[in-house]
Amino acid sequence: MIEILILRRENRNAKPYWQRFTYEPQTSDDTLASVLTALNAREDLQDADGNPAAPIRWECSCLQKKCGACAMVIDGRPRLACGARLSEFKKTIRVEPLRKFPVVADLMVDRSVMFQNLKELQLWFESEANGKDKAMPIAYQSSRCLQCGCCLEVCPNFRPDGKFTGMASAVPMTRVLAQIPDTQKKEMTKAYRLHVYEGCGKSLSCRNICPAGLDIDEILLNSNAIAVWKRFL
Amino acid sequence: MERIKIIGAGLAGLSAAIRLAELGIHSTLISIQPSERAQSVMAEGGINAALNTMGEDDSPAQHAADTLKAGVDLADPEAVRGLAEHAPEILNWLVNLGAPLSRKKGVVIQRNFGGQKKKRTAYAQSSTGKVLMTALIDECRKYEASAVVHRLSHHEFLSLSIREGHCEGVWVRDDYNGETFFLSGPVIIACGGLNGFFPGMTTGTTSNTGNAAAQLFSQGVAFANLEFIQYHPTTVKIPEKRMLISEAARGEGGRLFITRDGVPFYFMEEKYPELGNLMPRDVVSREMFNISRETGEQVYLDMRGLSKQIWKEKLEDLRDEIIYYLTIDPAKDPVPVSPGIHYFMGGICVDRSHRTNITHLYAAGECACQYHGANRLGANSTLGAIYGGRVAAETAAAEMPGDFPVAPSEKVIFEESVSALHTHQLRDILREGLGILRNEDEIRQAITHIDEMPVSSNSMEEKRKTFANAILLSALNRRESRGAHTRTDYPQKDDENFRKTTVVRYFNSTIHVHFEPIGREGSHD
Repeated sequence: MIEILILRRENRNAKPYWQRFTYEPQTSDDTLASVLTALNAREDLQDADGNPAAPIRWECSCLQKKCGACAMVIDGRPRLACGARLSEFKKTIRVEPLRKFPVVADLMVDRSVMFQNLKELQLWFESEANGKDKAMPIAYQSSRCLQCGCCLEVCPNFRPDGKFTGMASAVPMTRVLAQIPDTQKKEMTKAYRLHVYEGCGKSLSCRNICPAGLDIDEILLNSNAIAVWKRFL
Repeated sequence: MERIKIIGAGLAGLSAAIRLAELGIHSTLISIQPSERAQSVMAEGGINAALNTMGEDDSPAQHAADTLKAGVDLADPEAVRGLAEHAPEILNWLVNLGAPLSRKKGVVIQRNFGGQKKKRTAYAQSSTGKVLMTALIDECRKYEASAVVHRLSHHEFLSLSIREGHCEGVWVRDDYNGETFFLSGPVIIACGGLNGFFPGMTTGTTSNTGNAAAQLFSQGVAFANLEFIQYHPTTVKIPEKRMLISEAARGEGGRLFITRDGVPFYFMEEKYPELGNLMPRDVVSREMFNISRETGEQVYLDMRGLSKQIWKEKLEDLRDEIIYYLTIDPAKDPVPVSPGIHYFMGGICVDRSHRTNITHLYAAGECACQYHGANRLGANSTLGAIYGGRVAAETAAAEMPGDFPVAPSEKVIFEESVSALHTHQLRDILREGLGILRNEDEIRQAITHIDEMPVSSNSMEEKRKTFANAILLSALNRRESRGAHTRTDYPQKDDENFRKTTVVRYFNSTIHVHFEPIGREGSHD
């Protein structure tokens, strides 16, 4: 039997409170996503003290670490619920929503600032991508960003209203920078310098946080080389 | 001019929005979660196109022929020809959008996939869907910035408003604050397959509820070939779902075996010397099911023979995933696998131009019945979604009316969510009737069990029961075996009576099933 302590909030304006649930793991492979699914499948959900509880609001989609929907703070660390196996934890697991984004309800947050940032950075190809063979490995890696927000959660420099847009924009930018057409070089490298390079405090707090296992060092190395030192691929 | 409303922001929905934008037509892209969470990001193995880059003398005609053959002559040859002929151009477009498909000396390289003799599948490790989605998301963003595409993420489709056979628009609900509202305009449905009727049994997204299909059906939208459900041969159980082990594992040399007399017996290679482990999915799944049942032995996927280079360059992500979820290193040990539900060949009945039976309503991607016949070829889904979305957009654009009614004639009935208990009960019934092998008694029994379920006060639960019955009745009426539909009581293919499209519709409070000639152009009425 394990205990799950969830920071609940009915809506954006409501007062948050902790609620405790108990769960009997079904298999050794159970993840936190299994727990949340199972709790919500109960006919009459009750907390550990037997009080009636509303279904827990959270987002999920793929349940195999490919979509980033279920990012939340689990025992103080941002990660995906579907990649958090119960066997890794002690008897009680504390679960909170990501804190850098406005809460919609319970564990569900509004991450639209990430998408808005990418729009403002004009992250797209204006003309045909200049995709050389040697650009493919880094373009592949940077295509895998889940836009889950875990890297922003731990970043001491990222603020939703700040100029620095964090790794959640640096990674997708790397895909474009690695294949940048001549006509876009000036604007895109400038945007990278302004919104990534100059704002990153090099704390490396996002290292080993990415649920997709992206190598942050390698990605920054590539994009800094292109956008700051003009070593185009 | 009204915006065209697109329901779903996976490959098909994005493709439609981008094509409309290229044509100068505004759209609203509606999805319950952002595109990054769409099931399309889970597509693994690749995307087919006869680029003929591997020196094998490939051609779109051969791609079309393989697609039709794997679909056991149930797909529309004209539609498939369009798909195969446009595939190389679509691939080039994706390359220009910066999709990092594997390449050598500037040329996209391709791998073997099931049911195809030529290397025709372009790929990026086994994350092809993800990299294609990233490319399309970036491209779509360009049009979002200029307000040509307006996104409504966190919005759920509730119902259509239909007046005298014409679609007037959609009712949607904001999942953040619960508000419901109406959006007028033509509608393209791109909401994905029917996973939501089979929770825990499929490889797809859990955010698909199946409610959209149930709702559309209840409103008179015709569906086709619902009995054709693809069981992918190599899936494994993980918490709350099944996980796919990409066909690429076999494309790159993985082999299926059972243990017989203490040694591995590679049964597919024995029985099918030419394609072996790469027979079409329906054949492999059936063989696995039968051999397991006959011998009581577990089937394993043996990837121990794959070179270090293949693991590193082509399947590294797949290996990581298997190690994480199964704690088995597939480079060192065989992986126990069994067939699981992966794709729905059937769906909303559309013509070659992706029109439905309702005027100004279109459908594309997995939610629509097009291109795949009785069984889909691996790596044709990503292609079919992108191409289908594009065709639907072009048709919708060409048929764009001058003005559209602003006020809907049909109001939405707001329902509380469907209970998990109801969903699970319905799934258990469907499972009985719609396994890899089927027969009349089991299908009839499943229908009886649905009829015996108590009448629910939640109208969506009732609509789900009706739709589940529509699937079962489609399976019941197709009294033959073909592709993914195997009837033990009718083991033969019957071209004379059933080389036809199963069409199912709901009107006068009754489900009507009939068979139509394949590939009719124009309206279905």
